[in-house]
Amino acid sequence: MTDTAARPEPTTIDRLVIRFAGDSGDGMQLTGDRFTSASALFGNDLATLPEFPAEIRAPAGTLAGVSAFQVHISDHEITTPGDAPNVLVAMNPAALKAELHDLEAGGSIIVNSDTFEERNLAKAGYAQNPLADGSLKGYSVYEIPMTTLTKEAVAPAGVKPRDADRSKNFFALGLVSWMYTRPVEPTLEWIAEKFGGTPMVHEANVLAFKAGHAFGETAELFDHTYEVLPAPQQPGTYTNIGGNTALAWGLVAASQLAKLPIFLGSYPITPASDILHELSRHKNFGIRTLQAEDEIAGIGAALGAAFGGHIGVTTTSGPGVALKSETMGLAVSLELPLVVIDIQRGGPSTGLPTKTEAADLLMAMYGRHGESPIPIVAPSTPSDCFATAIEAVRIALTYRTPVLLLSDGYLANGTEPWRLPDVASLEPIEVEFATAPNHTSADGEPDYWPYLRDPATLARSWAVPGTPGLMHRIGGIEKADGSGNISYDPANHGHMVALRAAKVAGIAASIPPLEVTGDVDDAEILVLGWGSTWGAISAGVDRVRAGGRRVAQAHLRHLNPFPSNLGDVLRRYPRVLVPEMNLGQLSRLVRAEFLVDARSVNKVEGTPFIASELQAAILGALDD
Amino acid sequence: MTDLAVPATTKKDWSSDQEVRWCPGCGDYSILTAVQMLMPELEVRREDTVFVSGIGCAARFPYYMNTYGMHSIHGRAPAIATGLAIARPDLDVWVIGGDGDLLSIGGNHLIHALRRNVNLTILLFNNQIYGLTKGQYSPTSEVGKVTKSTPFGSLDTPFNPVALALGAQASFVARTHDMDRKHMQETFRRAHAHKGAALVEIYQNCNVFNDGAFDDITSRANRDSNLIPLVHGEPIRFGAEREKGVRMGSGGRAEIVDVDEVGEDALLVHDERAPDAALAFTIAQLSSGPHQPTPVGVFRAVDRAEYAAEVDRQLATAHDQKGAGDLEALLHSGSTWTVT
Ligand code: SF4
Repeated sequence: MTDTAARPEPTTIDRLVIRFAGDSGDGMQLTGDRFTSASALFGNDLATLPEFPAEIRAPAGTLAGVSAFQVHISDHEITTPGDAPNVLVAMNPAALKAELHDLEAGGSIIVNSDTFEERNLAKAGYAQNPLADGSLKGYSVYEIPMTTLTKEAVAPAGVKPRDADRSKNFFALGLVSWMYTRPVEPTLEWIAEKFGGTPMVHEANVLAFKAGHAFGETAELFDHTYEVLPAPQQPGTYTNIGGNTALAWGLVAASQLAKLPIFLGSYPITPASDILHELSRHKNFGIRTLQAEDEIAGIGAALGAAFGGHIGVTTTSGPGVALKSETMGLAVSLELPLVVIDIQRGGPSTGLPTKTEAADLLMAMYGRHGESPIPIVAPSTPSDCFATAIEAVRIALTYRTPVLLLSDGYLANGTEPWRLPDVASLEPIEVEFATAPNHTSADGEPDYWPYLRDPATLARSWAVPGTPGLMHRIGGIEKADGSGNISYDPANHGHMVALRAAKVAGIAASIPPLEVTGDVDDAEILVLGWGSTWGAISAGVDRVRAGGRRVAQAHLRHLNPFPSNLGDVLRRYPRVLVPEMNLGQLSRLVRAEFLVDARSVNKVEGTPFIASELQAAILGALDD
Repeated sequence: MTDLAVPATTKKDWSSDQEVRWCPGCGDYSILTAVQMLMPELEVRREDTVFVSGIGCAARFPYYMNTYGMHSIHGRAPAIATGLAIARPDLDVWVIGGDGDLLSIGGNHLIHALRRNVNLTILLFNNQIYGLTKGQYSPTSEVGKVTKSTPFGSLDTPFNPVALALGAQASFVARTHDMDRKHMQETFRRAHAHKGAALVEIYQNCNVFNDGAFDDITSRANRDSNLIPLVHGEPIRFGAEREKGVRMGSGGRAEIVDVDEVGEDALLVHDERAPDAALAFTIAQLSSGPHQPTPVGVFRAVDRAEYAAEVDRQLATAHDQKGAGDLEALLHSGSTWTVT
């Protein structure tokens, strides 16, 4: 892979959106992930959008089995995985059919032409071969017999034909790496690390990767290569991070900051299981993970551990939250810290398990019986999951309350470069267990009342089992304020309901005011968002402002309680627009609470907003 | 926990100041008394003891113990206690529940706690009825039970809790009844001493909704002839004169015989430590309900790795291999690049 002297200088482009698509068995997630990592190390800014089918192995060659990975790389700061791909790599007819509609007009298509034969065309529902019938006119189509070329290339490794076929994603990766002048060393190193244990497979993958690279160079199919220069980045050390990993690391960090161990009770569910996987690897941090028998046991065990003084955490997706709701109510009543993480996905019911959606907000707010307030936080980007996890733990421990963290499938699986925080600068989380009696009984004896409160936070006293002299019983039956003894007294119940609500509302005092960006002083419209829509909203707002209109933007991390200045912010602007991946749940909340005419923009299609959709929505709202 | 000797306590030390609110005459009282009287003998500390319950009459139990306690939600006590016992292996965790709580709504959690072998002492108050909701049939009620929800008789085949626990791989399974404090205490003592999940089924009379459900076997008049005491290593015999015995019959079923007729050598010798649960299971099936000779005592008590200890062992191994967790190193564990 030495540079040939004849090779022309690459053309510099400022950004590139490329989508790798193939059968679920074709290894497209891996290909996309490697391309991303090489670009991250090269210094590009980037954002990714992996999309996979719900079935592990849908019938090969069908539309249902198509797995895709979109990555946006650039030489400047970007916030989304891109609206329309510039390049589509399609490993079979189904991938072409499923993904073509997103490709930009005039974009490039690189296909594995070996797969465009009768059987695969039929499976994809093509009556005629699209490579031959002129339907791809208007795109630059590169037909490359990747299967054949890969098999030839890997023959020296001596692998079986079936295994040889498996290496073709590395051929595609090599080719695309050449086209876009990606450094090859990180990928070769990665292949060595990953497949070093099976020398034959290692060699085959290296050969396929190099063959793809060399093919680009020598085949004269492509007139020239491109490059995307590094983006200016703030000084620091970076890593490319996905949302679920950042969440898991945030929990580890919170455990260190609070000096309390993590106990995770969890049941496998897409797209949350990776948090369980990640935390299970870090037992040397004193983290205990339990794969429970069901969702209810997952949260139950976490609550039991919380009673014992651990940071109880449970991770799930929407259907699991529904099952956990009774235990969340118990945690509200017990006033014990607990972190419930919901990686939202398409619903209702099984819905779209591998696709993103953010329609659990009202369930998080109201989805329990009785007056059962729970604080809610939501991260806005994959890397923001780290800080948001710490914030969830801080609120839970400080206020002795369950906290819901709403992430989603897009954040969970998407990645971005993350400037690593300085560990020493992270705020410690102070927790004090009760160690001595806090009350005197009627007969003058010192005793312990578990429901005596800190007047500032209204958090109740927390004594953990093992503490001599502070034995007490707590339960789901209404308790007398102070003593915690069972009480059916109507006035006490009213008092406790109000207290629990006031405690959660009071958290607002500990959260920073909502920040407004863009045309803060004279915007014609405020765009208010929450969760993973931040990137697309930011890109949409930028475009509208570049067009000369005045737009302000604000994004909520805290959804319950809201930052205390939210009402003022909302009333400052003549129009308020709320884009959401649901039918208008946040807009309902702010309308009800602040009596403002917040308009909602919705997308509930299992895919995130793209910038152009929001650009159009903002412009539409401005002209209304 | 300190190494200092456990201070001597009395029943009073283990009783909370809360007024006990079961119906007068309920079997729960005698179970509570048995436990409160037993605790001072176990050489454990009140602050290291936790009672966790679900919902139902029995589930009020923790309020009456001067220990740590949690009265949780219906069915979930085994799951909550599992988390507590794994997080805090230094504690002594007891689970209290009724037949509806532990076998119906919480059945899944019970069987999984048993198979994991978490260090829990589980007391199953079996009164064969729903008491707190005022008298519906339960998963242990006999077929044909007429209740408010089954005016024409229940259709469901009841669970045999001992057989269920054995099927769930429980390492300790026993049965006792609320009419015999001494037997309860000896059974609880052994369950508590067992490392792992211990299930004790307690036949408990609900004198309001299912009075006399166990009279056929637990009343003083019937006890000798209808309770079969299980004693490890001894032939299984019962009766006022120990004239009856249990032997293996045809088809893998145990049967009751006259010892005079078959001779003691023909009887089954009880082996609670048998590695295989088959014998215990056979004995558990001897009686189809508390109306005929029914075994009581310890069916099974075998050593098996305790879950929380295994969790701690994995943590210690990880610590030995990787050292104490280092957040800075974790954040840098992927591919990183530096911009200056
Ligand atoms: S209803 Fe039955 S089980 Fe419940 S307290 Fe009354 S007698 Fe006891």
